[in-house]
Amino acid sequence: MSFLKINNLSIDYPMRRETVYAAKNVSFEVKRGEILGLVGESGSGKSTIGNSIINLIDEPGKVSGGSIILDNIDIYEKPENILKLRGKKIGLIFQDPQTSLNPILTIGEQLIETILTHIKVSKNEAKEKAINLLKEVGIKDAEKRFNNYPHQFSGGMRQRVVISLALCCEPELLIADEPTTALDVSIQSQILDLIKKLTKSRNLAVILITHDMGVIAETTDRVAVMNNGELVEIGNTKELLTNPKKSYTRSLVSSVPPTNIKINRFKIIEKENSNKNTNIKILSRWKKRELKKDNLVKVSNLSKTFDDSFFSEKNSEKVMAVNNVSFEIKEGESFGLVGESGSGKSTIAKMIVNLFKPTDGDIFFDNTCITKIKDKNEMMKFRRQIQMIFQDPYSSLNGRFKVKEIISEPIKLHNPSIKNEDLSSYIYDLLESVELSKQSAERYPHEFSGGQRQRISIARALATQPRLLVCDEPTSALDVSIQAQILNLLKDLQEQLNLTILFISHDLPVVRQMCDRIAVLKNGSICEISETEKLFNQPNHDYTKELIKLMPKIESIYK
Amino acid sequence: MSPFKERAQILKKDPKLINYFFKRLFQSILVMLVVAFVSFSLFTFVGDPVNNMVGEETTSEEREQIREDLGLNDPIYVQFTTFVGNASKGNFGISYQLRRPVSELIAERLPATIELVIVSAFIALLFGTLLGVYTGINRKGFISDSILAVSLLGVSLPTFVIGILFIYLFSVILGVLPSFGRGEVVKLGYWTTGFLTISGLKAIILPSVTLSLFQMTYIIRLVRAEMMEILQTDYIKFAKARGIKQRSIYYNHALKNGLIPVITIAGINIGTLIAFSIITETVFQWPGMGFLFIQAVKFVDIPIMSAYLVFIAFVFVMINFIVDILYYFIDPRIRNKEEASSG
Amino acid sequence: MDKNSFFNRMLDSDVFFSFKKSPTAIISSLILFIILFSSIFAEIVSPYNPFDPKSLSLMDAFIPPSWSEGGETRFLLGTDGQGRDMLSTIIYGSRISLIVGFAAILFSAVFGVILGLTAGYFGGKYEMAVMRFADVQLTVPSILMALLVDGIARGLIPKNLHGEMAIYVLIFAIGISEWPQFARVSRGATLVEKNKDYVSASKIIGVGNLIIMFKHILPNILRPILVIGTIGLALAIIAESTLSFLGVGVPPTTPSLGTLIRIGDDFLFSGEWWITFFPAIFLVLLAFSINLLGDWMRDTLNPKLN
Repeated sequence: MSFLKINNLSIDYPMRRETVYAAKNVSFEVKRGEILGLVGESGSGKSTIGNSIINLIDEPGKVSGGSIILDNIDIYEKPENILKLRGKKIGLIFQDPQTSLNPILTIGEQLIETILTHIKVSKNEAKEKAINLLKEVGIKDAEKRFNNYPHQFSGGMRQRVVISLALCCEPELLIADEPTTALDVSIQSQILDLIKKLTKSRNLAVILITHDMGVIAETTDRVAVMNNGELVEIGNTKELLTNPKKSYTRSLVSSVPPTNIKINRFKIIEKENSNKNTNIKILSRWKKRELKKDNLVKVSNLSKTFDDSFFSEKNSEKVMAVNNVSFEIKEGESFGLVGESGSGKSTIAKMIVNLFKPTDGDIFFDNTCITKIKDKNEMMKFRRQIQMIFQDPYSSLNGRFKVKEIISEPIKLHNPSIKNEDLSSYIYDLLESVELSKQSAERYPHEFSGGQRQRISIARALATQPRLLVCDEPTSALDVSIQAQILNLLKDLQEQLNLTILFISHDLPVVRQMCDRIAVLKNGSICEISETEKLFNQPNHDYTKELIKLMPKIESIYK
Repeated sequence: MSPFKERAQILKKDPKLINYFFKRLFQSILVMLVVAFVSFSLFTFVGDPVNNMVGEETTSEEREQIREDLGLNDPIYVQFTTFVGNASKGNFGISYQLRRPVSELIAERLPATIELVIVSAFIALLFGTLLGVYTGINRKGFISDSILAVSLLGVSLPTFVIGILFIYLFSVILGVLPSFGRGEVVKLGYWTTGFLTISGLKAIILPSVTLSLFQMTYIIRLVRAEMMEILQTDYIKFAKARGIKQRSIYYNHALKNGLIPVITIAGINIGTLIAFSIITETVFQWPGMGFLFIQAVKFVDIPIMSAYLVFIAFVFVMINFIVDILYYFIDPRIRNKEEASSG
Repeated sequence: MDKNSFFNRMLDSDVFFSFKKSPTAIISSLILFIILFSSIFAEIVSPYNPFDPKSLSLMDAFIPPSWSEGGETRFLLGTDGQGRDMLSTIIYGSRISLIVGFAAILFSAVFGVILGLTAGYFGGKYEMAVMRFADVQLTVPSILMALLVDGIARGLIPKNLHGEMAIYVLIFAIGISEWPQFARVSRGATLVEKNKDYVSASKIIGVGNLIIMFKHILPNILRPILVIGTIGLALAIIAESTLSFLGVGVPPTTPSLGTLIRIGDDFLFSGEWWITFFPAIFLVLLAFSINLLGDWMRDTLNPKLN
């Protein structure tokens, strides 16, 4: 007997220029005791459907057709219907535990309030129930922590508190909207295990909304694939992932970076840009360098401490972000820096590009110590050889500049005497080499998608003909299919231009595909450096082993 | 015991609170010293105190003698120390224009201003918060829109125009309320109050409403913006998802969070009221400190100006101090910052 | 036809769309435009020149507005105690109010934005010092600040120059009292922009700090500054009129709307209500339309409150 039935649900967002159809005729069911995954890329409508079940769609969206039936109650028949169900029969948890809790109330107060809203018990009974709940979700010292405020919990603990709040009135359906996306991989697996445990112990019907195929493979029983508001395919997880029937599902599955082998290029089915030049035009201006196979970059005993002094307070909080790190990168190779948040990988990258000055240690580029350079002009020589692309495609381009102004900035700075026609033709060449049209030069960043913006960033980075390209989580903010395209592009560029790449990421499968050698970082120190295949097949350090064990693997479904 | 009292009890024994208390106290004293210095500079560098005090017939030797007597030939830091010493006792010298001790003048006028400000503050805060919450919760609707339109008008009406309008309406045309003065006052020790007589109460109505209007509209818009922003947050959405009743969401969750910045606003508010009372007092010829100050500016009466400056600064610093301490009780995140930096 | 020229982008933007849709925005802009136009071209628009003593006659004094008993059509809004046409004095008066208001807020904005932008960008002790100054000054209401500065200036400037310097002193006094708002807002917005990757990208390329601040960051923080500027303009105009009303503003030879109201206040009880009434209405209209526009701007340019 299905607990939740969604029939021909359609949700519209009437906007200024057009109406966006967030959900088109979607139907599926969920039973108690099973976890249904709702997977799709951004804009697929999965979150909207989650919100609609509990009738909390953001304005101006509204349900334009179909019905949602929960335990034989039609949610949209009368507006009061949902009021009886929220919290009591349905629990909802969001992505960001930081903003989900009221900062000025203790978690105890928030729990008691929720319990007393739905169940007629005395305050003391409610308190007892709340403490038991905290224990059930794995919070140690539950009695003491009952009186703590949300900011006194770490991210993973906070999400557990959020789960306890969602479950405190014994709901029968749990909707989890990207519950682990904001968490580290090690915490992520704990939360997912918790959800699986609760599903069984309380016989919950669970909808797990996510974009991560690995999470789907490891956590869900059935999965529904959404694309552009439509339900593309639905079925048993194992079957769907091993034998996807629809072409979209197939492309989605194949875009996911495999965790168990290294492949040369990602398979692309739907392309963003139709023109693809295999000749990269800028090659003609770019003298292809001879690879000397020397160390291009050498980092020795690098450390960085952040002084977190808060205005006039006397005691400062020192944070040692990077602790005595040393490694080398050979010219022409792809070197990976892998670690969870707070491991220091980004800080190291920022020191290499000279955004931060190290507290201790040196960085050598082409045998010159660049950390000791004081003269601005000398530094400029190195600036043109080291460039960077960033994680967030939306903040890495200045929205007020046209694309051509963005790309010409580095060119004009390093070649002030360049003529206008040369400048224009160079810009067009750069754009074509990242598979964007000439007309893009006259447009503004907001007219482009996330993936296209990353291409513009790459074009800007290549403008000064750098030898080292530092990539700081360049695809973490992109959908999986776009990610595949951008990573392929980076590989192509590297080959054609003999670029040396420093690739930073927390995403192990991606790093496996992109890098020749990898350094694993934890809390500012290096745990292990080794060649990629060796690292994944025979990891040395315990931490590396943990990470590899915990990363969500889509291949787990094949076992 | 209400949760607030519980919390207050816990915090009273809190060593971090004492730490915070003294830190803020120290900062306040620092600010006062800076203000005192500015005030002192007024005395020393603007105009010549001796020439302003004596008549034309005084010979230059006599002036020199006076200068010596007043200590005007001493080094600056000695003068400054004397100034601070005098100021803390309330001695600001003699008004150039009115030839009476400044401290006397201020003591005379103070009650009038204080009473006016208290009544106005009360009106502004009460109605401002109520209306602000209402329009924040009910974003659309005729009543909300009208309140907002009127509040926008209120911000565009200079205080003196409002005052003149009221005088015209209630004094000239309707003749029910007085257009100037305080009415009869009753002397209670050092204080003179207008609250105990009917004419006193009548007299305070127009000036206080005038004074409160500008602030009230400001508060309405601020509180409304706060409420609207809070109602968009994730934790409100989560509370809704948990089935918490709408009423409880508004009052327990949204309002409590929303009141935090309102407390700062209330603090600044009283300061602004004291400043704007200058205008109201002029329009209604209310015998308060503001009226005194305006005359002082017109006649470049330095002692009164600098005394007023120090006095106002003192009031503001006090208010800020109290607000900071209150904040500590209400927002747990501040307590945590203090913990983190001293732990 | 360049699709992305500035003009086309503006017409196509969301901002212009909501402008077209909002009657308050259109009406207030219209009113402002009329007032601005008439004050700039006062010599052409105004029916009389009230400052030309030859054109005045005491016989024309105290004539009520044209639609009431005793009024004359040649003096639409009546005359004051000196025989000056009210409409003309208001038009000329609003010119003074607008000049002082605009100049003061411009001064404030430039000073405040430069300080706030550099404070937010460079951080450290410099930022701390600037923000402390701004915070302390923010606790002092601007009217008080303006009064103080005015009083001090009055003491420092020799009496014979008072008249000439009065306008500059006034502009400085009001301007100085409003800069903390601009500094606060610019610094806050700069802090947000500073952490964005496009700033890092330019730094990595080697672009100098000055260029990053003024070419990259400044255009991105203009929106909130514009909102504060508009509202600040209304406040500056009100401040000037308040100071003039109190008698410490512009000299009586170049009366602003505030001065006119003060003059008219004396005649309120004797029945010549129009001498104070019309300048007051005009002032309120001016401030109200600026505020309406500023309010609309704040709602449109704020992406969150939708």
